[in-house]
Amino acid sequence: MSDTRDLSHFVRHIEGGVARIDLAVEGMACAGCMSKIERGLSTLPSITRARANLTNRRVAVEWNEGAIDPVRVLERLSELGFHAYPFDPGGAEAAEEQETKFLLRCLAVAAFATMNIMLLSISVWSGNMSDITPEQRDFFHGLSALIALPAAAYAGQPFFRSAIRALMARNLNMDVPITLGVLLALGMSVLETLHHASQAYFDSAMMLLTFLLAGRSLDQNMRRRTRAVAGNLAALKAETAIKLAANGDLREVPIASVQPGDIVLVRSGERIAVDGVVVEGASEIDQSLVTGETTRATVGKGTLVYAGTMNGYGTLRVRVEASAEATFLDDVTRLLEKAVEARSRYLRLADRAARLYAPLVHVTALSTLVGWLVAGATWHDATVAAIAVLIITCPCALGLAIPAVQIVASGELFRAGVLLNAGDAVERLADVDTVLFDKTGTLTLPESEVINAADVPSDVLEIAGRLALASSHPLAAAVARAANAQSPLAGAVEEPGQGVRGVNDGVEVVLGRPSFCGAECEAEALAASDPEASAIAFIRGGERHIFAVRQRLRSDAAAVVDRSQKLGLAVEILSGDRAAAVEHVGRMLNLKHWHAGMTPANKIAYIAELRAEGRNVLMVGDGLNDAPSLAAADASMSPVTAAHVTQTAADAVFLGDRLSPVTEAVAIARKAKRVMRENLCFAIVYNIIAVPIAILGFATPLVAAVAMSGSSILVTLNALRVKGGRSPV
Amino acid sequence: MEVLIYLVPMALGLGLLGLIGFLWSLKSGQYDDLEGAAWRAIMDDDVHEIAEDGGR
Repeated sequence: MSDTRDLSHFVRHIEGGVARIDLAVEGMACAGCMSKIERGLSTLPSITRARANLTNRRVAVEWNEGAIDPVRVLERLSELGFHAYPFDPGGAEAAEEQETKFLLRCLAVAAFATMNIMLLSISVWSGNMSDITPEQRDFFHGLSALIALPAAAYAGQPFFRSAIRALMARNLNMDVPITLGVLLALGMSVLETLHHASQAYFDSAMMLLTFLLAGRSLDQNMRRRTRAVAGNLAALKAETAIKLAANGDLREVPIASVQPGDIVLVRSGERIAVDGVVVEGASEIDQSLVTGETTRATVGKGTLVYAGTMNGYGTLRVRVEASAEATFLDDVTRLLEKAVEARSRYLRLADRAARLYAPLVHVTALSTLVGWLVAGATWHDATVAAIAVLIITCPCALGLAIPAVQIVASGELFRAGVLLNAGDAVERLADVDTVLFDKTGTLTLPESEVINAADVPSDVLEIAGRLALASSHPLAAAVARAANAQSPLAGAVEEPGQGVRGVNDGVEVVLGRPSFCGAECEAEALAASDPEASAIAFIRGGERHIFAVRQRLRSDAAAVVDRSQKLGLAVEILSGDRAAAVEHVGRMLNLKHWHAGMTPANKIAYIAELRAEGRNVLMVGDGLNDAPSLAAADASMSPVTAAHVTQTAADAVFLGDRLSPVTEAVAIARKAKRVMRENLCFAIVYNIIAVPIAILGFATPLVAAVAMSGSSILVTLNALRVKGGRSPV
Repeated sequence: MEVLIYLVPMALGLGLLGLIGFLWSLKSGQYDDLEGAAWRAIMDDDVHEIAEDGGR
């Protein structure tokens, strides 16, 4: 029975007999690492290309088909001191990449056209004041048309498409007035050129497109960066399973290639990676990541197990089931779908503004046209004034104002260790006034720890730790970590489900269940004082010691609760665990409001109740059981250790062992929203000044150019104020 | 002022060259890793290689 790692799922075959694999690399943080990796990999024979990407922390490796096993590449990287994880490119990320490049191409074309047309326009403007001849002016205008028309046809695509989509759906979005403004301005300018007029609006139309495309590319860049990090995290979690092949071989394969019906082997102390039914073996599993319950559940043949649970002492063989068949997950999935549906779709600030703005712009332009006609102006002059209104009101500032704030805010959040999943999360986070924390894995760290290590003599701890290394039980692993044990005690024997026995200096030492060691009284005493802790007993000769193992609160949990209250947030605990355990945490954090034994449906109902009272709820949770409530809340966050479904349901994911990113995210989001509002106010003021000028017919192309570029620069500068000046936690 | 008839198109042609250059660099993936590219410019791998060969 061999145990090999199968990476074929990740290898892509490109033309000319070359194979390629993309790896997410942990710890590649500087330029030195980059060259070390590239040089280190190129010493492997038959590697044709190794290229590190420092921005998204990935390495692309190519070799001649069949010349080398990709596992060798991973081994070489770990020799160099880097952990690499195979990465599945393609899908959403590839589409995002295409979109980014397309927007950049559009921006380049629009910027090129604007610069050159501006060159010609400024000549015309200054010539109009002095001695330009009509022939020269026509020549300049003709050239401008020659540049502007094809450039607008290419660079305007993102707006034209979106406007057509909106109109087809009988909607108005910001792209409708933009498209209308650009097309009318270009059309009118062509007519003016043909009639040898002294003004043309080619430069205004192109400048509008350039500024708006700059805003769009910024927005797109932020989204792509977030997605790349999220993709790396998924790869770093290295979700693999050990699959039992038909011939009895064991192969480590990525989860994506496991099919329902496959048999998967789960060794003791491993996290179960699939949903399925146990077909062989018996064990105890820790379901805290899934249900929030800290009590271990006994599983045997025929029991359903869920992805994300931690296997205890026994080896299990699990037959993979389609997740829909598993009852608990089925429940969660159903609730999740309902919650997502019911979530009253939050209207983004920009969309809300667009909804008010677009009809207003159209009405103003139309009434300008009618007004001038009634006042006795010619059709030509009336149309020029109406188009000038469209151009000047075009939401240049709006199109740049909110993306610019968003990119600065997401950069700040990134620095605070928060990754955004949803584009509008910043705005929703800013409105939050109540925070609900899940207990297990959110307020506490997901890994168990020995909490009374300081009370145990150090020599006892050392031996216990070495003995613990012989066991694969998760509780034993906690003891080994606490003792910082390096070498297992020679000759130690594990009795599955009970404990480990060994001999040290001629004295028998035993580590295991209190009942196995005959230490029930001590264990009961511990249970009475700390109901949440699991007891592990240790005996050396006649000496007896009890280790209390449990999940510890995150180091800054109390500080975060405190700061949340300072930010004016109401804090409550919403847990699926038993009351005694939740009460204990509530007391430690000085929280009066806590709810225990909540099922996913209870949690949703409670959130709905709060929302009905008009409160804006931020849910912070990590368990699979939290996923529906994350989707039901106004905003949601989950730690990076959370179950996959949960992370997808959350608006933002935070990194690290500390909880402080939660309050920091709220603080940054509030600041960002304030700046967004300021920018919108600025846009309104700008329009109040500029629109009358346009309606009265004074908006020459020169005025339009100054107004547009001036307002765009101002809102971008204002957006930068979100940066820096973070108050300490 | 007839000189404009060929000077202006020439200026445009030069601008167009710049645009084509940008589009080419975008297509050949030079904007994929902005952070890494900044460091690659000042990396002195080649110097090491020469030193290892014993030459200068």
